[in-house]
Amino acid sequence: MTVGTAKHRELGLTDSEYDLICEKLECEPNAVELAMFSLLWSEHCAYKHSRKLLRRLPTEGERVVMGPGENAGAVDVGSGYAVAFKVESHNHPSAVEPFQGAATGVGGILRDVFALGARPIAILDSLRFGELDSERARFLLDGAVRGIGHYGNSIGVATVGGEIYFEAPYEHNCLVNAMCVGIAKQEAMVRAAAAGVGNAVVLMGASTGRDGIGGASVLASAELGDGDEAKRPTVQIGDPFEESKVLECCLELLEKGLLVSLQDLGAAGLTSSASEMASAGGVGIDLDVARVPLREADMEPFEIMVSESQERMLGVVEPAKVGEVLAICEKWQTGSAEIGVVTDSGQVRVLRGGEVVGEMPVEALVDGCPLYDLDPAEPEGWIYGNRTTLDAGASAEETLLALLGSPSVASKRWAFEQYDSVVGSRTARRPESADAAVLAIPEAGNAIAVSIDGNGRRVACDPYAGTIEAVLECAQNLACTGAEPLGLTNCLNFGNPEKPVPAWQLDRAVSGLADACEALGVPVVGGNVSLYNEGPEGPIYPTPVVGMVGELPDPNATAPSAFAREGDTIALVGPFAPALAGSELAKLRGELEMGLPQPDVAAVTAACAAIRAAVRAGTLASAHDVSDGGLAVALTESAIGSGFGCQVDLSPLLDRGASPEEALFGEGLGGFVVSGERAALESLAADTVEVSILGEVGNESIEIASGDSVVTVSLAEATRAWSSLSVAIEPAG
Amino acid sequence: MLWGVIQFPGSCDERDALHACSLVGEARLIWHEENDLGGVDAVVVPGGFSYGDYLRAGAIARFSPAMEAVAEHAAAGRPVLGICNGFQVLCEANLLPGALLRNENLRFVCRQLDLLDAAGETLSIPAKHGEGRYYAPQATLDELEANGQVAYRYAPGQNPNGSLRDVAGVTNAAGNVLGLMPHPEHAVDSMTGSTDGLRVFERMAAVAA
Repeated sequence: MTVGTAKHRELGLTDSEYDLICEKLECEPNAVELAMFSLLWSEHCAYKHSRKLLRRLPTEGERVVMGPGENAGAVDVGSGYAVAFKVESHNHPSAVEPFQGAATGVGGILRDVFALGARPIAILDSLRFGELDSERARFLLDGAVRGIGHYGNSIGVATVGGEIYFEAPYEHNCLVNAMCVGIAKQEAMVRAAAAGVGNAVVLMGASTGRDGIGGASVLASAELGDGDEAKRPTVQIGDPFEESKVLECCLELLEKGLLVSLQDLGAAGLTSSASEMASAGGVGIDLDVARVPLREADMEPFEIMVSESQERMLGVVEPAKVGEVLAICEKWQTGSAEIGVVTDSGQVRVLRGGEVVGEMPVEALVDGCPLYDLDPAEPEGWIYGNRTTLDAGASAEETLLALLGSPSVASKRWAFEQYDSVVGSRTARRPESADAAVLAIPEAGNAIAVSIDGNGRRVACDPYAGTIEAVLECAQNLACTGAEPLGLTNCLNFGNPEKPVPAWQLDRAVSGLADACEALGVPVVGGNVSLYNEGPEGPIYPTPVVGMVGELPDPNATAPSAFAREGDTIALVGPFAPALAGSELAKLRGELEMGLPQPDVAAVTAACAAIRAAVRAGTLASAHDVSDGGLAVALTESAIGSGFGCQVDLSPLLDRGASPEEALFGEGLGGFVVSGERAALESLAADTVEVSILGEVGNESIEIASGDSVVTVSLAEATRAWSSLSVAIEPAG
Repeated sequence: MLWGVIQFPGSCDERDALHACSLVGEARLIWHEENDLGGVDAVVVPGGFSYGDYLRAGAIARFSPAMEAVAEHAAAGRPVLGICNGFQVLCEANLLPGALLRNENLRFVCRQLDLLDAAGETLSIPAKHGEGRYYAPQATLDELEANGQVAYRYAPGQNPNGSLRDVAGVTNAAGNVLGLMPHPEHAVDSMTGSTDGLRVFERMAAVAA
């Protein structure tokens, strides 16, 4: 029964999906209905290729206050408070227009968090670009960093952490994932479900314009390619000042108990927020587009329903309280309009004045989209290519300096100094001062630590093991600050799921995520899936970005990542078994291939527990996990941050079977570089936790003995290499 | 001693300033539409992006009713402290000399740095701004220096924004109005890095006394 028009295909629907819509409506959809279905049935909104896989993830735990399905997840931090958090992607908008794409990515994730009634207190970002010698990569990096800073700084939420990797597979399709963390009084939190037939639906914040039309479907749910310039109008424009007013307004409304429920307008605008609120509450909603405040008077009903204009929130309000709500919006100088009503019809009805211009069952819109099985196939071998930038004959010194200066490893000071990391007076550990950001929660008398991680290259080598690594890497970062994980959010950035290899990567990664969370006992409380991340060269590295929040008793009792005192003993703690597979060194040498060692999750978890207990007890002067670049880089980073050198001998690793090169530069889970009193370090050893004394903090050079040779670099040389990012980006500066 | 912290739409650091003031006295927020300061002894015009800073930093906030009251408060010789955006607002309102231009490298900068006060004492305080390059004509700068109106300078080599003569903060001729780009309210607790900012608040409390 498919009609001759290809309109539905332009909007991203397949012929069979279109037929299904006709069946559910018992007639062909009109323009408004087709536009709304095309968005809610897009990959971005319906998760049609990922929803079945996501059922594998553990989502329950005794500290979970809100789980998946709400605007953000939330966990209990004690004393009646909860921490809400979520990570979300804004990849394709950022690839088309990096400044606004990244800025509105931050704006969107902030709204998700304050929609729960939580005040946003921190932002973290996970960014991926092509290699830094590409002009396009530098353009995207510069725009994204300025965009994140513009939005976060202006709205007064501290950007406290993040990570940036530079890899050729992200050249065309960069990744911009933003995570927000907020704090809420549990009794003042609200859900997104509409309730109470007869209650008013109030639209708050910015007026509605023609920006971002088709953002979720045309832009986010298809591969990038030629002609992306033409998609620029689908990118939204951010206004952090407007959001600042809406944020304060919504928090005041919730504090005063004036809202039944609240939802942000993100992808698919009014269409998705109204339909999802109705679906969650098991009700219907009537919306009158004639009452929506517009930027342009002649907007069509379908444009009003799908506009992705930013800085808008939708609230459900009891009729008697509407006046008070509008007055508080007025006080904050932000827009407000009563645009609809909650009904018992089970339908989303769109009206213009008295005329019905669209009517669809909520169930068909929100849950009617078919869910697809993947057709995964493991690739024959390494599909991403190799590029050699470090000669195989380079000396160990040259290798160490090359690793320190590699843009993915080097200090990210150039970026994080463009972000306000202190506003809010909670930031006890700023970027690069510890392995995770630490934020005081005086409301509950404790603190949280937050980390975000996901090394796509290692996931490409083995999607299952690589994703386990991303989860455990976050747990290790948290352990270094004395924090115990409470919950996890994730953003699954993958290629086209309709193709066998990205489908296989996604399938294996979700299993790895599920198994790691299960083993750690950490629930997944929310997340986001971003598919179709491909360029002309093929898919991006499969990149599950993991954001983890943990709790610690005292913000003053955390360990820095840098050594603290000359003369302190340095030890390696944990089941670290370094290998060159998938490492930064393998990349520099152009030797990447499939395969990673399988992580011993139980042993890593035990090491995390030992480190956490020692940090809390104050017995460690420093703690830093071994990550990109291996042990030599981790030791050098702790030295650079302290201004002291170190003299160490890696023979304990050789005794465990590592080659001298693997001991220096091999990567793997479960390694912590710690410093402190020798007796205190030795006392960390237990049946399940290995402790190897490596050497001492002191002097002004870094001397690392591994096998027959000693790598010696001066602190000044190491610092220069590690600080090379700003020079690479802004040669004149 | 009662402090009032002005809150504009777009203020960011007003709660942090309120907390800092509460460590050296009592403190309350004053909504920008109030034209009566309610008998406070000292006023803080806080940091942030008042009205989005869209026209020019501080250019719109200076016209708010509360700023009229702040001007009267200043004219009566009572203490007014402008921090970051507050400093920009006070310059726009002609309560302080000079202007704040975009940082020399055109990028926002957030960094803990050392300030030197007029007595040469060092304070470790974070700065975070995109428009913090202090500018005034050379003759004005000479005059400010001669009158002892340069309250804070960036320590040698630490000027983050290209401010002329490393100026980080200035006072009016009478000394009761002080503006500075770095954020003393973010240096009142050793947990967040330093307590040196308290000295800035204590200095203003001494003006009130």
